[in-house]
Amino acid sequence: MSEFILEMRGITKEFPGVKALDNVNLKVREGEIHALCGENGAGKSTLMKVLSGVYPYGTYSGEILFKGEVCKFKNIKQSEELGIVIIHQELALIPYLSIAENIFLGNERAKKGIINWNETIVKTKELLQKVGLDESPHTLVGNLGVGKQQLVEIAKALSKEVKLLILDEPTAALNEDDSENLLNLLLEFKKQGMSAIIISHKLNEISKVADSITILRDGKTIETLDMKRDNVTEDRIIRGMVGRDLTNRYPVRNPKIGDVIFEVKDWNVYHPLHSERKVIDNVSIYIRKGEIVGIAGLMGAGRTELAMSVFGKSYGRKISGKVFKNGSEIDVSDVSKAIANGIAYVSEDRKGNGLILMEDIRKNITLSRLGKIAKKFVVDENKEIIEAERFRDQLKIKTPSVFQKTEALSGGNQQKVVLSKWIFAEPDILILDEPTRGIDVGAKYEIYTIIHQLAEEGKAILMISSELPEILGMCDRIYVMSEGRITGEVNRDEATQEKLMKLMTKTTVRRVV
Amino acid sequence: MQTPVQKAIQHRSTANESKIQLLKQMMKNNMRSYGMVIALVLIMLLFQILTGGILLRPLNITNLILQNSYILVLAIGMMLVIITGHIDLSVGSVAAFVGALAGILMVQHHVPMFVTVLISLLLGALIGAWQGFWVAYVKIPAFIVTLAGMLLFRGFTMIILEGQSIAPFPKSFQNISSGFLPDLFHGQNLHIFTLVIGLIASILFIGSEIRKRNNQKQYGFTISPAAVFGAKLIVIVAIIMAFSYVLATYEGIPTILIILAMLIIAYSFVANKTVIGRHIYAIGGNEKAAQLSGIKTKRVTFWVFVNMGVLAALSGLIFAARLNAATPKAGNLFELDAIAACFIGGASAYGGVGTISGAIIGGLVMGVINNGMSLLGLGIDWQQAIKGLVLLVAVAFDIYNKNKAA
Repeated sequence: MSEFILEMRGITKEFPGVKALDNVNLKVREGEIHALCGENGAGKSTLMKVLSGVYPYGTYSGEILFKGEVCKFKNIKQSEELGIVIIHQELALIPYLSIAENIFLGNERAKKGIINWNETIVKTKELLQKVGLDESPHTLVGNLGVGKQQLVEIAKALSKEVKLLILDEPTAALNEDDSENLLNLLLEFKKQGMSAIIISHKLNEISKVADSITILRDGKTIETLDMKRDNVTEDRIIRGMVGRDLTNRYPVRNPKIGDVIFEVKDWNVYHPLHSERKVIDNVSIYIRKGEIVGIAGLMGAGRTELAMSVFGKSYGRKISGKVFKNGSEIDVSDVSKAIANGIAYVSEDRKGNGLILMEDIRKNITLSRLGKIAKKFVVDENKEIIEAERFRDQLKIKTPSVFQKTEALSGGNQQKVVLSKWIFAEPDILILDEPTRGIDVGAKYEIYTIIHQLAEEGKAILMISSELPEILGMCDRIYVMSEGRITGEVNRDEATQEKLMKLMTKTTVRRVV
Repeated sequence: MQTPVQKAIQHRSTANESKIQLLKQMMKNNMRSYGMVIALVLIMLLFQILTGGILLRPLNITNLILQNSYILVLAIGMMLVIITGHIDLSVGSVAAFVGALAGILMVQHHVPMFVTVLISLLLGALIGAWQGFWVAYVKIPAFIVTLAGMLLFRGFTMIILEGQSIAPFPKSFQNISSGFLPDLFHGQNLHIFTLVIGLIASILFIGSEIRKRNNQKQYGFTISPAAVFGAKLIVIVAIIMAFSYVLATYEGIPTILIILAMLIIAYSFVANKTVIGRHIYAIGGNEKAAQLSGIKTKRVTFWVFVNMGVLAALSGLIFAARLNAATPKAGNLFELDAIAACFIGGASAYGGVGTISGAIIGGLVMGVINNGMSLLGLGIDWQQAIKGLVLLVAVAFDIYNKNKAA
C-alpha cells in the first residue's frame, strides 16, 4: 500500500463548451490535511464532485485510486461506503428534522424498515460528544446557529465511518470563534488518523491546519506544495493562484472620467434571516461619470449583497446609510424608486432574477420601463417591436426574431437581452453583477465592448466580478471587499492580481493563529 | 454561367419557397393558438350529429349562453389569478354569499336593483381585498387563503340565509340573465335588431383588423398575404353573421351576452395591451425578476384578487337572477368549473401563461360537453366522469404540444 490514501490521476471533465478540469492530479497522504486552493471557477468543487461520485464514472476521464485501489463510483452512496464523505458549501441539513434524524438521514439505524430510535439517540450522543457539540439529539437543526449546524454536518460524516473527509469552504458562513473551533476539531481528528481535504479561500486558515496544498488554476493542477518543507507563505499561495498571463482579451478604451455622480455612504446591512449577522459593514463607495469601477472579492465577501441592498433594498434587513446622486441624497427604498433615480442592476443570476424565460425578447427588454412605450397605460406594441429591433441590432443579439422566447437563447445572448433591458431603462448608474459569468470568450468580448460604450456615453459603471483578470482588464478603479467590508481601493495603474488577492483574503478581525 | 432567365426562375422559386415557408410557419403558430378552437368546433360537430341537430338549434344556443354565463364571468377573473401564479378556490362561495346578500336587500328590504348591484359588487371587491391582503402581503399561499375563504363565505351564506332560500326577485333583476334586447325594428319571425348588431360587430371587426394591418405595414413589419387576410376576415364575419342569424330566429340577443362580450373585450384589452397586463404576466413568469424590474408585485397581486372578488360577485348576481332565488347551495363547485375552463383554455399551472379568450374557449368546451351530454340523456354521473377526462386530456395535449415545440 502506498503512502497516499487518495490519488487522482489525469482527471479531465468537460461541460458543453468548457473544459472544467484539464488533466488534474491530486495526491493526498494518509492522515494529512490537504488544502485545495484556487480562484472562483478554478475547478475545485468540480474535482470534489468527480471524487465523490456526483459526476459518475464515465462522465470524466482519468482514474481515481483510493487506498491503492481503482474506484469507479457511480453515485455518492458508493464513495461514502468507502469512507469518502463530502460536506458541501451549502449545508445539506433539513431544518425541520432533529439533529439525530439529520445525522442518520439516508443511513437510518433500522431493521426491516423500522427505525431503532434508542440506538439512533445513543449513537447521536456519542457523535455529538466527538465533535464537541453540547445539544440534545432531539433539538431541531433549524434552531441551531450556522456554526453548530456545521458541527452536525461533521457528526453526520463521522457516522458514516469517514476515512477521507472533504470540506468545501467549511468556514465561509462561520464567525471567528466557530471557525477556530472547527479547525481545532479537524486537527484533533487528524491526530486520530483521519485524512481530510479542505477547500478554502481563507489563506490564514490553510496556513494553520494544512500539511500540504494543491493549487488549481483554470482547471489545471499548478503545483502541490508541502507546507513545512517548502516554507509556504500566503504570498506564495497567491502567486500560484493568480499567476497567469493577461492576454489581450479586453478592448482598448480611453476613459473620459467626469465628476462624482453616485455615492454610497456608511452602508450597513444585516442578513435577512440571521438578523444578528452583519453582511455589509460600514461601506462607503463613490463612482464618477464615465468611470468603470470594479468590486473584487471572494464568494461571500458581500459584493452582490451590497449591490442588491442599494438597488431598492432588494436584499437584507436593518439597512442603514445614505445614497447620493450628483451630491443630493436620493431615495432607493424600493426598486421602482431606484430605477426612477437612474440606477440599474444587472443580476448575477441571469435566469433566476434577470429574465422571464417564458416571455419573448421584446417583452423582456421593455419590462423595466414600460411607461416609455406606453400611452396612458396602453402599450404601443409596434413601437415596442421597433425598440427591440434596435437593441437586437446594436447589441448583436443573435436570434431569428425578437419574438423568440428568451429561454431558447444562449447565455451570451440572454445576457445581451438583460443588458438591453437595463439600457432601455436609461440609467445613469449601471451595476453589473458578474456580467460575463457562464459566457463564452467571443461573447465576453462583445459584452466588454458594450460596457465600454456605456461608459463612453457618460454612464457610471459599477462592475462586480469574480475573475480578477476581468476586473484588471476593465476597471479604472477597484474596490476590494472581504467579509462585508471594503479592505482596499486600488487604482488601475497600481493594481496587480497579487495585490488584489491579498486584500481579498484579508480578514480584518482577530486572526486565527 | 446562369442565363438571366434561369436566374429569374430561381429567384421566383426561392421567393415562392419562402412564401410557402411563411405560410407553414403561420399555420403552425395558428395551430397552437387555435388548437382549442378547433377542438371546440369538433366537439360541437360531434354533439350536433349525436343529438340529431338539436345542439345548434336557436333555442339551445341561447340556452348554452345563459347556462354558462356565470362560469365564463368567473373564468375571466380566474385566468388573471392563474396567470399571476395563484388560484382562487373561494369564488363559488363568494358568489353564493353575494347572491344571498342581494336577495336579502332586494326581496326582504326592497332596496332598488341598481343600488343592490352596486353594493354587491362592492362587497365582492372587499372580499377580494381581504383575500388579496393575505396572499400578497402576508405571503400565505393562495390555495390556503382561498380554501379558508371557501369555507368562510359558504358559512356566512348559510348564516345570513338562515338555511332558507329567498325568492322571488323583481322582474327587472331577473332580466339580467334571462332578458333579451328588445327588437327596435319590430321584426315578425326574425329579430332584426340582432342582425343589425351582428352587422355592426362585423364592420367594427373588419375596421379594426384593417387598421392593425395598415399600422403594421407602416412600421415595415411582415404581414400576412392579402389572400390569407381576406379569407380570415370572410370566415370570421360569416361566423358572426351566422351566429346573429341563429339568435335572431329565436328571441334575439340575450342581455347577458352583451355583458359577457363587454367583459371579454375589456379584459382581453387589459391583459394584452396595457402596462398592468404586462405586469401580471411578468409576475407569473418570474416574480423575482419582475420585482427587480421595479414592478410592485405585491400591489398587482392584491388587485388581481380584488378584481376576482368583483367578478365573483357579478357571477353570483347573474346566477341568482337566473335561478330567481338566493339559496345556500348556490355556486357549489363553480370554482372548479372556472379553474378547469382556464386550464383547458391553455393556462399554465406554474403561472405566466394564459389568455382571456382561452378561458372563454375552455369554458365553452366544458359548457358544450355538459349541454350535449344532457341532451343525449346521460346522467350527471357520466357527465362528471367525462368532464374530468376532458380536463386531463386537454392539458396533456397542451403539454405534449409545448414539449414538441421546445
